[in-house]
Amino acid sequence: MLQKEGQVRIPAGCAISGIFHKDGTCENGTRIIDSIRTMHDRSNGLGGGFAGYGIYPEYADYYAFHVFYDTQAAKEECEREIERHFDIVNLSKIPTRRHPRITDAPMIWRYFVTPLPTKLAASQLEEREFTSRFVIRINHTLNGAYIFSSGKNMGVFKANGFPEDVGEYYMLENYEAYSWTCHGRYPTNTPGWWGGAHPFALLDTTVVHNGEISSYDANRRFIEMFGYSCDLLTDTEVITYIIDYLGRKLGLTYSEIANVIAAPFWSTIEKQEPKERERLTYLRNAFASLMVTGPFSILVGYTGGLMALNDRLKLRSMVVGEKDDTVYIASEECAIRVIQPELDKLWAPKGGEPVIVNLKNGGNQ
Amino acid sequence: MTTVQAGLTYYKQLNEQIRAAQDSEITVENVIGQRYIGCGSTDRKITVHGTAGNGLGQYLNGSTIEVFGNAQEAVGDTMNAGEIVVHGNVGDACGYAMRGGKIYIKGDCGYRAGIHMKAYQQHFPVMVVGGKAGSFLGEYLAGGLILVLGIGQNGAYPVNNFCGTGMHGGKIVLRCDKAPTDLPRQVLVSEVSADDMTEFAPYIKEYAQLFGADAENLLSQKYFVLTPNPEAGYKQLYTFEA
Repeated sequence: MLQKEGQVRIPAGCAISGIFHKDGTCENGTRIIDSIRTMHDRSNGLGGGFAGYGIYPEYADYYAFHVFYDTQAAKEECEREIERHFDIVNLSKIPTRRHPRITDAPMIWRYFVTPLPTKLAASQLEEREFTSRFVIRINHTLNGAYIFSSGKNMGVFKANGFPEDVGEYYMLENYEAYSWTCHGRYPTNTPGWWGGAHPFALLDTTVVHNGEISSYDANRRFIEMFGYSCDLLTDTEVITYIIDYLGRKLGLTYSEIANVIAAPFWSTIEKQEPKERERLTYLRNAFASLMVTGPFSILVGYTGGLMALNDRLKLRSMVVGEKDDTVYIASEECAIRVIQPELDKLWAPKGGEPVIVNLKNGGNQ
Repeated sequence: MTTVQAGLTYYKQLNEQIRAAQDSEITVENVIGQRYIGCGSTDRKITVHGTAGNGLGQYLNGSTIEVFGNAQEAVGDTMNAGEIVVHGNVGDACGYAMRGGKIYIKGDCGYRAGIHMKAYQQHFPVMVVGGKAGSFLGEYLAGGLILVLGIGQNGAYPVNNFCGTGMHGGKIVLRCDKAPTDLPRQVLVSEVSADDMTEFAPYIKEYAQLFGADAENLLSQKYFVLTPNPEAGYKQLYTFEA
């Protein structure tokens, strides 16, 4: 029996890469796979995954649930639950190809859904809150079912294996996205398994992470007060909920979120102009329990944009490259050069300094 | 001279090819992030075109490595002797625990460059950075010289935060118009006098020669030197006080 996160500790980096087309141009998953492949040695085969944005234009108004099932019983029960709360307009197995290095696959299904109007009205919740509560409840209570992607016009594809193999397994050449992020995992404290692979997602927010969060349990205790449930017992999951909470629920900008989770040192805050000092002091005090400490470099995907962020000490490597309207971000420069040898600009952002890119004109070319 | 094409060759095979070469001069073309190039080598002249991967020239023991491109993390980690010249930028932790030899970087270096460099007898490590440096430059510096020329910084302080934290030996020389403030208490700062410059001038001249900069102009500018503050050492950590 495979031991899951929390049942075993494996003392052991990771790799992240992202491509973002500011003009909304879409490309298939071939180049993002080629990018992560060059950083093969940063992973150890215990998890790989991708997030693509803009991949389901024909179902753009529907939440796309990607679900892992361990058992037929879990699938039947989960589908009953989905049908009780949502109108399913399409469902299918997620297409995969047989791959020699991807084994022990769960059942992997996809549902395009929209909340049932009566249920939604009765819940007195906003649509996204309704949906996120449903996803959290299923993941928390339904053993053997895990909704690992739940946004609109985007999707997460992840598995146990090396990321380049995972990309081939999910046939990502068949998806066209304006934004891709990916992750190669090298689990530091916990075993590799399908659910524990990155990206971690809630609604359209996805996070891939290279690092290790020493504040995990402090962050978890705080965020769980607001209806989230950290069921995967791995650190990155909590970052996703923190960003969802600060962004979707409290309305902070991504730049403000970066100032919360990678808050500057007090000594650095003291050096700022009065107004900026006041702002940073407020954010640090108001959300002290959401500061994320320990080494991290993360890519946060969301509808229409992408944020890259390092911890304030910059304990992980990360570089950003630009060529025309395309932005590339990766743990190592080689992962950018291999798919885009010529760049207009290449730089390493400072620790705690977010790089935020958004679609121009809402993605209309 | 032997020429090796790197491309997507795995780093193990690439380094085997480099080590197996009979010539002392080796050119490696089209490098895409292969790690550990030239590691631990002696008396070689290795020229790298492309993006040099992590750990370039770690434990270098007398070879010369010249990179036409950028280099990633941990350039010259614990190097002993030799010279690494990078016609571009380098990533984090360059020259970590370096104990001899020289590293010249045309552009910028990332965070934690020159942490815990040390000097002993004839071994004297030197790192010269043409542009700017990230935070924690020379943290726990124990010996040797770190020189940041701040080219393109318009006279601004060329280091991010926490420069020289915990330094207890060696020197950090920075080109900037005003004495840096907010330095850690372990650091003393003073302006470099014309006499002091004789000590640093050879490295500035070599930088200018390697990368085609204007040596006279660089030498005529204002520099500040950071040295350890003998009053602020960490000695209490190790000895009991009555």
